[in-house]
Amino acid sequence: MKKLAKIAHSRAGDKGNTLILSLIPYEEKDYPVLLREVTAERVKKHLAFQVKGEVVRHELPLLKALLFTCHEALTSGVTTSLALDAHGKSLSYALLEMEIE
Amino acid sequence: MKEKIRIGCGAGFSGDRIEPALVLTEKGKLGYLVLECLAERTIALAQKRKQQDPRLGYDPLLERRMEELLPLLVKNNTRLITNMGAANPMAAAQKIMDMAKKKNIHIKVAVVLGDDVFDQLNGDEISLEGGKPIKSYGNLISANAYLGIDALLPALQSDAQVIITGRVADPSLFLAPMIFELGWDPHNFDLLGKGTVIGHLLECAGQITGGYFADPVTKPVEGMEKLGHPYVDVFQDGSGIISKVEGTGGQVTIRTAKEQLLYEVIDPFNYFTPDVIADFSTVILEQLEADKIRVDGGNGKVRPDKLKVSVGYQAGYIGEGEISYAGAHAKERAIMAGEIIEKRIKHFFDEFRIDYIGLSALHGHELSASCNPYEIRLRVVGRTADKEKALWVGEEVEALYTNGPAGGGGARKNVQEIVGVISILMDREKLNPEIEILG
Repeated sequence: MKKLAKIAHSRAGDKGNTLILSLIPYEEKDYPVLLREVTAERVKKHLAFQVKGEVVRHELPLLKALLFTCHEALTSGVTTSLALDAHGKSLSYALLEMEIE
Repeated sequence: MKEKIRIGCGAGFSGDRIEPALVLTEKGKLGYLVLECLAERTIALAQKRKQQDPRLGYDPLLERRMEELLPLLVKNNTRLITNMGAANPMAAAQKIMDMAKKKNIHIKVAVVLGDDVFDQLNGDEISLEGGKPIKSYGNLISANAYLGIDALLPALQSDAQVIITGRVADPSLFLAPMIFELGWDPHNFDLLGKGTVIGHLLECAGQITGGYFADPVTKPVEGMEKLGHPYVDVFQDGSGIISKVEGTGGQVTIRTAKEQLLYEVIDPFNYFTPDVIADFSTVILEQLEADKIRVDGGNGKVRPDKLKVSVGYQAGYIGEGEISYAGAHAKERAIMAGEIIEKRIKHFFDEFRIDYIGLSALHGHELSASCNPYEIRLRVVGRTADKEKALWVGEEVEALYTNGPAGGGGARKNVQEIVGVISILMDREKLNPEIEILG
């Protein structure tokens, strides 16, 4: 077992109450590993403290990257959220905490 | 018609650093400089400032940004496109004209108008977020539609050196000069898709040159204290080469570009702007040399019939208080302090939250379960319609000094007025963008 942070990097973005997380392997050869290990279901479970809605995984084989669109994920959205990190900008590093094979 | 056009991006949000735009304009050999300074909430806050004083409502940093930039733009024959007009582009243009006059600089400023659609709303429009009428959220204070290239092109066709706008979609600020200078057909959606990809890559400025990317352990970046902002050479075929001024800090790599390409993209196969629905999935990135990447690919299909409108409403006040605990039983004392406040005032608030900064404020309790930090900062926050009540939160936290657990230190408090933002869609035909030229 190892943390995702060992093999991939990520950036968090927000649109309203939707959190968007990219997941990009440092080495392109690790793209299939991400494809196999980091499913939408696992992301939803891993980020359950934050993500209340559906998680959609977009596969980008040409770019060798995954993109997770997480609905109902920023309490009420950046403008009215009481969270310290209302944008959810730090959540890229929450994703990278995930343990994979 | 030109073979290529060079566009720089010197600011990626309202509070961005001032000097990267000066470096770009002085040394970047730019045809165009874009300053993107408007977020969804920024414009609603600007509308509030305009309500209080009709001469305000433009970007609060406008004067500071333009002070040194104005002479550089003229000297280097660079045109500026910026959404620093925010809620009041006309007042912003007048301010720039005043500043130019004082400096003995002769310029023309084009103002793009028509994004403010507040008068066209009746409150029954349904929000995209909640499926409820917008009037049910509270007092509405602003409504700004995202304009696109069709609003910008007439300004580019004028001889104005500065083009100032309110709400315009960020990538359109870049796509418009590409169309104008490269002679693209504004209905060639593949080219518009490619240009939108490039605009999206540049619009957050430092976020493609190593900002919001750097990690000293896994993604080291040199020279962050003098981070350079990006520029792009865009060619006739819609491909581009992205780089930064030599000697500035940061890096432009495939990794920085991939992170930015997917930033804030809900669906990479269908990226909506007022100009085109772009497909980011076919983008090809290639490292040409250090700090220089080639961008090619990307597609587009049609333009949307409806435009997004951001609607601002009064959402009450947020009161906040913080206090720190350190050493033996810091965690237990912070939790005790949080429980005391919760028992005393939670029931007075519409929404209430307690965070333990340093432990679980950002990523919740599960990921931090095995962690016991040396120091913890308690944060208490509550939302209410009543400003006086919002003050209680900080007062209650401060009162922990003498009434709470041992060793609490460094209490701070603040109250913020909250502007919420929701969105609706509006038929394109209902909008009448126009330009006005000053000077």
